[in-house]
Amino acid sequence: MPLSKTEWLALEKKAHELRMLTLDTTHWAGSGHIGGGMSALDVMTVLYHKYMKIDLKNPKWEDRDRFILSKGHVGIAYAPLLCDLGYNDKEMLKTFNLSNSMMGMHLDSNKIAGVDASTGSLGHGLSIAVGTALAARVLGKDYKTYVLLGDGECDEGSNWEAAMSAAHYKVTNMISFVDRNKCMIDGKTEDVMRLEPLADKWESFGFIVKTIDGNNIKEICEAIDFALANETDKPVMIILDTVKGCGIDFMEGDYTWHYGSLDDEKYEKAKIALQESYEKRIARVEKEGK
Amino acid sequence: MAGGLTYTAIDSTSLSTAEIYGQALVELGEKHPEVVALTADLAKSTKIGDFMKKFPDRFFNVGIAEQNMFGIAAGMARAGLVPFLSTFSQFASFRSADQLHTDLCYQNVNAKVIATHSGTSFGQAGSTHHAICDLALVRSIPNLTVICPADGVETYNAVMAAYNTPGPFYIRINRGFDRVLYKDTNYGFELGKAVTVHEGSDITIIATGSCVFQAWEAAQFLDTNDGLKVRVLDMHTIKPIDKEAIVKAVMDTRRIITVEDHNVIGGLGSAVAEVMAEAGKGCAFKKLGHQDCFAPIGLHEDIMNAVGIDSNGIISAVRETMKMDFEEDDNWDDEV
Repeated sequence: MPLSKTEWLALEKKAHELRMLTLDTTHWAGSGHIGGGMSALDVMTVLYHKYMKIDLKNPKWEDRDRFILSKGHVGIAYAPLLCDLGYNDKEMLKTFNLSNSMMGMHLDSNKIAGVDASTGSLGHGLSIAVGTALAARVLGKDYKTYVLLGDGECDEGSNWEAAMSAAHYKVTNMISFVDRNKCMIDGKTEDVMRLEPLADKWESFGFIVKTIDGNNIKEICEAIDFALANETDKPVMIILDTVKGCGIDFMEGDYTWHYGSLDDEKYEKAKIALQESYEKRIARVEKEGK
Repeated sequence: MAGGLTYTAIDSTSLSTAEIYGQALVELGEKHPEVVALTADLAKSTKIGDFMKKFPDRFFNVGIAEQNMFGIAAGMARAGLVPFLSTFSQFASFRSADQLHTDLCYQNVNAKVIATHSGTSFGQAGSTHHAICDLALVRSIPNLTVICPADGVETYNAVMAAYNTPGPFYIRINRGFDRVLYKDTNYGFELGKAVTVHEGSDITIIATGSCVFQAWEAAQFLDTNDGLKVRVLDMHTIKPIDKEAIVKAVMDTRRIITVEDHNVIGGLGSAVAEVMAEAGKGCAFKKLGHQDCFAPIGLHEDIMNAVGIDSNGIISAVRETMKMDFEEDDNWDDEV
């Protein structure tokens, strides 16, 4: 079903709120993986607020859809999302990364409600997602497994082991994403270790690949609809062409914001930037939405 | 017989340790629909072929991709399945160490690693396929229970105990046939509790895996020929280790030898030494195992002989250790 204007606006609002909360969390923590958090937040918002079958009262509901955040360092954005859902107390965000906090930069699935896998070591999430999806098959359950990889993470060979197995086992109840923000810690992905042609790589490993504007909520919804309607025996990979630091002008596209700290001045600037970005996005929805 | 094992002692001499594991897995598969089996192109070698035939929908051969196998198993376990992962020990530990550490143990999932071809039991394959460092790695990972059964019957007990105990397990078994130590499963196997396979008061041999039989054989020989009363402990559970049995051995016999088909750094010997040191009780002590060297190539029994972890090596070590006294004097000149 096409995304209605009302729904689109609601998702934009939620994504904006979560960006603000992620910014706050980074400020409270003193620093964090804000760049990749901002690039990933649109797809995470869309999944949790439009598509995923979850029980807000029972994060361990066994028939829930799963989300594996393979780029686990984006806990700084995932924690606000899970707190906002009500799975965890929002006050916890003020302790993020602090000594004795339950929330470190990579979220612990045994401590933080709603986290489907403890990730952080890169190149693990896709395998875990394949296993989660295969378990649905063995157990006769119809839940879906969504997995979000970072693009730099695609350097890890284990991803390609997992990719082979996803295609081999025809894991069509899993929908995969790569947050292609084109940046990693030490530089641009193409400078550090060339990934392109990335779509061709996934395709040759047996995936149906769609590349979209990964910071465009409408396109994300269309791609997920496409993946959910997939009747082939190939798994779907959605490459999200995104902007690192999306919404915060002075971070956008700058790999040095993979991990950064925010003093009060930068924090205030970032808030203004996010607000302006949100207004632009809303204006676009008003124009393009139906 | 306990636990429903239907084999006789004859069966355990006609089935290799891994084949007994394969049978145990089928038994579990029949009783428990949530049990699944995974391997990395080693279904034949790890003897889980019967499970594959009986439960094709619950069997996953991921190809030569151990890291992926561990990740898949973690996802399955979190969704409610009980995966048994089988591959060679070297790859079950080192090749997939990060996934074992993080996906299985940090998440504390209910997945069981059956690490075959352990120690130097794949003798002719050489050091690429020997696993003489795995215990050092895996016993340092929190949440992981580590077992090194003495023979096929004990492997059956270990596999059943692993199924019945939530959490990740690493069970380290040999390639091929082990000398049969236990006639049946009903000898009081308990996780974390050493089995006294030979009673004695002169010296204690603490052994694990295939070395337990060798120690037992040595103890009998020494009783007959040297009049020595040798206690032999089957330390099947490397973690959590039986501290009580170790301290009791220090107190009762004042001489301890550890024997393992593993490097003397980081395995059973180290674990025993840690317990003794922390207890504040010392005794004459010797660690038999691979002396921080890669092993030669050869038949398992030949390697064990060359390294001095077979009954001959143990006998010599016992005789030597009997000459050592645990000194309680204040003179350190002869120690340092």
